[in-house]
Amino acid sequence: MRTDTIDEFAASLDGADVACTRTEAADLAAVLDDVVDDPAVGAPLGIDGVSLEDTTVQTPPTPQLLSDAATGVTRVHGGIVEYGSFVIQADEAGTEPVSLYPREHVGVVCASDLHDNVHAAVDWLGDEFDAGRDTAVLATGPSATADMGELVTGVHGPQTVHAVVVTDR
Amino acid sequence: MSRREKAQHIRHLLDTEGDAVFENTTHVNDGRLEANATRDDIEELRTAARRIKEDAIEQLPDLVETVREQVEANGGEVYLAEDAADANQYITEVAESKDADLLAKSKSMTSEEIEVNDALEAAGVDVCETDLGEFVLQVADEAPSHLVGPAFHKSTADIATLFNTHFDTGESLDTAEDLTQFARDHVGDQIRAADVGMTGANFVFAESGTLALVTNEGNARKCAVTPDTHVAIAGVEKLIPSLDDFPPFAELIARAAGGQDIATYLSLLTPPVDSPVVDFENPHEPLDGASDDREFHLVLLDNGRTEMREDEELRETLYCIRCGACANSCANFQHVGGHAFGGETYTGGIATGWEAGVHGLDSAAEFNDLCTGCSRCVDACPVKIDIPWINTVVRDRINRGDDQEFDWLVEGLTPDADPGGVDLQKRLFGNFGTLAKLGSATAPVSNWLADWGPSRAVMERVAGVDSRRDLPAFRRETLVDWFESREPLEAAGDADREIVLYPDAYTNYVLVDRGKAAVRTLEALGADVTVAPCHESGRAPLSQGMIETARENAVRVADSLDPYLHSGRDIVVVEPSDLAAFRREYERLLDGERARRLAENSYEVMEYVYGLLDNGADADVLAAGGDVAYHSHCQQRTLDVDQYTEAVFERLGYDVVTSDVECCGMAGSFGYKSEYYELSVDVGETLAGQFEDAGVESRELVASGASCHEQLASLLPPENRHPVELIAPE
Repeated sequence: MRTDTIDEFAASLDGADVACTRTEAADLAAVLDDVVDDPAVGAPLGIDGVSLEDTTVQTPPTPQLLSDAATGVTRVHGGIVEYGSFVIQADEAGTEPVSLYPREHVGVVCASDLHDNVHAAVDWLGDEFDAGRDTAVLATGPSATADMGELVTGVHGPQTVHAVVVTDR
Repeated sequence: MSRREKAQHIRHLLDTEGDAVFENTTHVNDGRLEANATRDDIEELRTAARRIKEDAIEQLPDLVETVREQVEANGGEVYLAEDAADANQYITEVAESKDADLLAKSKSMTSEEIEVNDALEAAGVDVCETDLGEFVLQVADEAPSHLVGPAFHKSTADIATLFNTHFDTGESLDTAEDLTQFARDHVGDQIRAADVGMTGANFVFAESGTLALVTNEGNARKCAVTPDTHVAIAGVEKLIPSLDDFPPFAELIARAAGGQDIATYLSLLTPPVDSPVVDFENPHEPLDGASDDREFHLVLLDNGRTEMREDEELRETLYCIRCGACANSCANFQHVGGHAFGGETYTGGIATGWEAGVHGLDSAAEFNDLCTGCSRCVDACPVKIDIPWINTVVRDRINRGDDQEFDWLVEGLTPDADPGGVDLQKRLFGNFGTLAKLGSATAPVSNWLADWGPSRAVMERVAGVDSRRDLPAFRRETLVDWFESREPLEAAGDADREIVLYPDAYTNYVLVDRGKAAVRTLEALGADVTVAPCHESGRAPLSQGMIETARENAVRVADSLDPYLHSGRDIVVVEPSDLAAFRREYERLLDGERARRLAENSYEVMEYVYGLLDNGADADVLAAGGDVAYHSHCQQRTLDVDQYTEAVFERLGYDVVTSDVECCGMAGSFGYKSEYYELSVDVGETLAGQFEDAGVESRELVASGASCHEQLASLLPPENRHPVELIAPE
């Protein structure tokens, strides 16, 4: 299935000014080391057979790390193919602030977590809400503002966003 | 404000803020059109969003109870605030209970409505606005001029001057990038230091106790999760049942607001959230949401909304999702901005409903006349609110609320059905049909008299008719006179189509030639034409907020056209604003069946010509070819009727350049009023500019509306004509 879907997701990411790298789970650590700007801070990914322990990404997050890190690495729990959106769920380990504070966000998304459109993603989120995971953000591209008279990216949220798609998960 | 003061205020804003507002609003308005064009289901989404809002407001008391139970079950508090003072007291107490020195707040119009910053600051709590537009205004100590882009009235250079003066910035800040970087860092420090975070909510899902926040900058995300205490303020109308209802809004809101397919961040927060508090005072302590003790308060604001819900006419306002599209699509707003077209808190077309509901009629009365009823916002609104109608209703109420000493005198002398409170200016324009009849009967003396210097001075002083405007010249021979004096056509009686032409007051008494051209064209295409008696459609009094007079007009028009409808004739209308009255407003003025029959059997003249040609009429009898510059009419475009004029031109081999402004700025009486004359001309010059461009300036000017004709005639030589005058056979 996935190749077409991932291609489409990657095209939408590109339209949203988000880079996309594909990898298999076994190579994720090496890919992350390649993709992130150090220093990097992360929150646990919760993906089978994958750990940030094997990378330069520092865990657990602290306020200092959030301030100093050039990159935040988190799981992206769902992707919306149509818009290249990340669905990032909040957790006690700090996925939300890690995806928010550093200048770059690297989001790791499993190919099996891609949803065609907003409707499908919200259907899935409905089940997640019922299971108690009831806080999430749909994030599409870098933070932006036109409040200073023209469009500028990189405001309170990340200036650069990078998607790493794990093709075999 | 007197007329003179209002004119001065508008002139000042045109000079100081007009350019920045124009650039920003037209940019996002174009963005909306482009973004909507990439999907073919926008109409379905709008219909779905509308229905969800209708249902939610219908069941609002239940939703309030549901959300209260759910938020409390989640571990938060809900406070239902009766009014601004009540809300402010609660919020201030929360801040004091946390010994807060600093509160970081994301953008929220509802927080502006209650002026919570003043209340908090009076209690010794500093407030930092974290949305960069709001931050600019906080530094400048100014009010927002737009629902979504609060600083739309400021250019990059204005903001640079402000920051360089106000802050010790080291190097001079010049570019939007410099300014954003500086503000981001400055505000970022405040968020890190804040004791309480405050947000609004674009939607609240009752069943799960979830806030939906729509942002691009990421400041709301930070305000909500960084400190341990989160206060959200939302009008009660923000409640919708559940997450399941969210998708249409997720798709529509950013498109409507600024042309993004989807907002950068759609945060769905169900507080108290699991995310760890980020305590920058303990920088090396690992984040751990499990050990945090978060506090959450949802303040649901009534402040007049319950009464709005019970008010048949204002209720629709509560469906508003505050996207600002009504402002962006409004020609007047584009030119003058929300500091004129806005009340105490809200701005743009929908502001009339909000201000009347939450602050009262006086606040709405300050700016309500800036809605000319052009109806371009009707297509723009993602929840299909009839914003012009809300403006008409509120204007009517303002008229009625104004007791004047000599009411009995005025009431005895004017032929309309509205009460004496209506001011003389509105009454004059609202009775245009009667005036035109009188003017025509006494023409040309009436025209000489009207144009005579001393008369104009009196008209300006007493009725606010600007003496810089040319008055319409009434024709002694009306369209109806002309038609009756003609020999009946030989073909009459055995034509395939039978038509009754509705002669509006302009076509009958002033722009008679376009009426004659319509008759000749329709007859040449094989239709049997008769002309109805001339009765004002109600458009003129509607635009003055004189609904009872409009209702009387509508009944009289329906009475006069019913016999023709019964005998199977189609109604053809020359003036688009009158067709719009038949199709849009009559359902509110006449009983349902009558209004439906009239609307369904009425056609704009070029729409009808298109239909005849499409059904095999001989196009060769019409005048073909030529280079034209065409301005369709605002209400005509809202009805999607303009396409037929363009299609007929194309069929007949004309080369057409069309304007893309939302409105010509004349808008019936608007451009005649001395307090609005300069704004009207400013709006008109944008249109005129498009027709003065290279390659366009030598084309024949064509306009569908009487107002558009007058505006173009005053700004551009030579004379312009109605499309049907071009194609009419000699």
